[in-house]
Amino acid sequence: MLIHNADRRMQIYGALLLLPAAVLLATFAYLPTIATLINSLFLPGFRGEPPSFAGLENYQLLIEDQTFWRVARNNLIYALGTIPTSIALALGMALFVNARLPGRGFVRMAYFTPTILPMIAAANIWMFFYAPQIGLFNSLLGALGFSGVNWLGDPSVALGSVIVMTVWKEAGFFMIFYLAALQGMAPELKEAADLEGTSRWSFFWRVTFPLLMPTTLFVLINALINAVRVVDHLFILTKGGPNNATNLLLYYVYENAFSFFDRTYAATITVVILLVLAVVATVKFAILDRRTHYQ
Amino acid sequence: MISNDHQRIRLEAVSKRWADTAAVDAISFDVMPGQFVILLGPSGCGKSTTLRMVAGLEQASAGRIRIGERDVTFLPPGDRGISMVFQSYALFPHLSVADNIVFGLRSRKVPKPERRQRLERVAELVDLGPYLERKPAQLSGGQRQRVALARAIISEHPICLMDEPLSNLDARLRGEMRREIKALQTRLGMTVIYVTHDQVEAMSMGDRVILMQDGRIVQDGTPDELYNRPASAFAASFIGSPAMNLLPLVAGDRGAVIAGEASVSVAPVDAAGGQLGLRPEDIEICRESAQGVPAKVLDSEYLGADTILRLAVGEQTLRARLPGKQPLEQGQPCRLAWAPAAAHLFGADGHRRDDLTPHAISAAEGRSHGEGDATALPPQSANPPGNAQGIHP
Repeated sequence: MLIHNADRRMQIYGALLLLPAAVLLATFAYLPTIATLINSLFLPGFRGEPPSFAGLENYQLLIEDQTFWRVARNNLIYALGTIPTSIALALGMALFVNARLPGRGFVRMAYFTPTILPMIAAANIWMFFYAPQIGLFNSLLGALGFSGVNWLGDPSVALGSVIVMTVWKEAGFFMIFYLAALQGMAPELKEAADLEGTSRWSFFWRVTFPLLMPTTLFVLINALINAVRVVDHLFILTKGGPNNATNLLLYYVYENAFSFFDRTYAATITVVILLVLAVVATVKFAILDRRTHYQ
Repeated sequence: MISNDHQRIRLEAVSKRWADTAAVDAISFDVMPGQFVILLGPSGCGKSTTLRMVAGLEQASAGRIRIGERDVTFLPPGDRGISMVFQSYALFPHLSVADNIVFGLRSRKVPKPERRQRLERVAELVDLGPYLERKPAQLSGGQRQRVALARAIISEHPICLMDEPLSNLDARLRGEMRREIKALQTRLGMTVIYVTHDQVEAMSMGDRVILMQDGRIVQDGTPDELYNRPASAFAASFIGSPAMNLLPLVAGDRGAVIAGEASVSVAPVDAAGGQLGLRPEDIEICRESAQGVPAKVLDSEYLGADTILRLAVGEQTLRARLPGKQPLEQGQPCRLAWAPAAAHLFGADGHRRDDLTPHAISAAEGRSHGEGDATALPPQSANPPGNAQGIHP
């Protein structure tokens, strides 16, 4: 009986330790998720009427919504454009600043600076780069005798411009994770490989890259989440335009909720985003985790 | 084995400087094919740096390194024809034991069937057969050590460098691996340079020991020479456990005496200002009535096979090692004696002095208490054994 009691007390003790985190998670993650799910089943009420239950009507609307598909396609292109590029760039930069080079600390700081800038400030800087007449890029092109490009105004270029800025912003952040992982690698591994005449290229693919897999997986998930989390720099740069060319999912949610005041439709899109993210993350962990060596 | 001259390693005035400190200061030595050479010294003496320069992991600041007829001073590590075992083993954590062992063969593009063949042979040699599919994290320290050894052996490079390979193992395993490494080296005819700070490893494994201090070679000789004819007070104190006693000598009436103990002269007067070295195992303890240097027992440490006594002589303390259990009491006066060959004289600069002959300190001369006094036995050994057991719980 005494042992049983002690066991029970330990369980209560453990539950109490978990309580603060559980309360915060429930308040700010689980409850809103459930509320969103419920909201998505209603149609908005007008003139003070309560919202009316509509079942899956919102989802029906979503499937027929051309803009939604446009935005989803944009987001896919955006993800494919930013994730591999920023990860590869981050890894390259980390390898570079991990080596012995003069002014290493300065270079590391320079690479990390975009990350500590607030998104709004960074977007404002890039506005100056992209501005059609006085912008940095067009001034440079003009000096070389080329005619300028309307970086954010041309529907075929605008999404690319947004992607470039995101890569610039994210790569430095991911670099920090790679750098930390590289610093944790024993230098003897490289020495042991050197003694066997292993080329740098071969060492990278046979040792460094596999040992960085846990970091890559972590960064990949982060990059994916970031790719569907974009609101702020669209707000400054393009407002989703021109003609939805740069509109992305979360910004579309924002528009629906706060510009068109269709909260339930916004909730529907959110639920779809959550589902897609959950599926992708599950697949990633299931497949990549098995091939990843954790130390 | 005459044709394997390509295994000879020669260092010519090799130095390594960082900023303005010299980690290794113009050292030269030759390692003959098939030799097991130990680089021994306290931490920071430059032994590891020397090894890393031979490996090519560190660039020499000055001097030349030759392997066989080739000048390898500026060659990358992979082109020197050497393998190396690291203190941390440097195993690739994500690769299986088998992949770890053949890592270098893959780098050198050895065809797969040959790789498998060599792996089989080496795995048998180091007893790793059942573990080939495991990851290093699933192995014990001794097994990891074997993987590191296997990786060095499979390359079939004639020269193997080892950087404190046993220091991460526990004492029992260390003794086992010592014998195994030595046996493998003999069997495969490898040339080995082995870095350690452990004098037991140096004495038991080395054909030759190079003792270093502050980036220079103090003594280069067989373990036997290091033990019996230490070249300096440092060498004397580094080899042997407990270390050699070093007693300062001052001028006395009839020659040099141990500081604070003027009654017996132990060396010619020229030795004053230097030190007298005595190995603990060379000291005889005699009765108080015998001749010899007067001393007093401070304490004793019983280790099973032998007993370490701490003795006060004049102002000095020294250690003596006696076989078995010695029931000597604290504060008991006694006399010390030793054979002339057991006494080593070192000058004020710490170097060995072979120009002076230490005096014989024999217990046999004195007869103040009858005839039996010359026996080198402690007085209480005549007590009934029950008494001694009564003291020792």
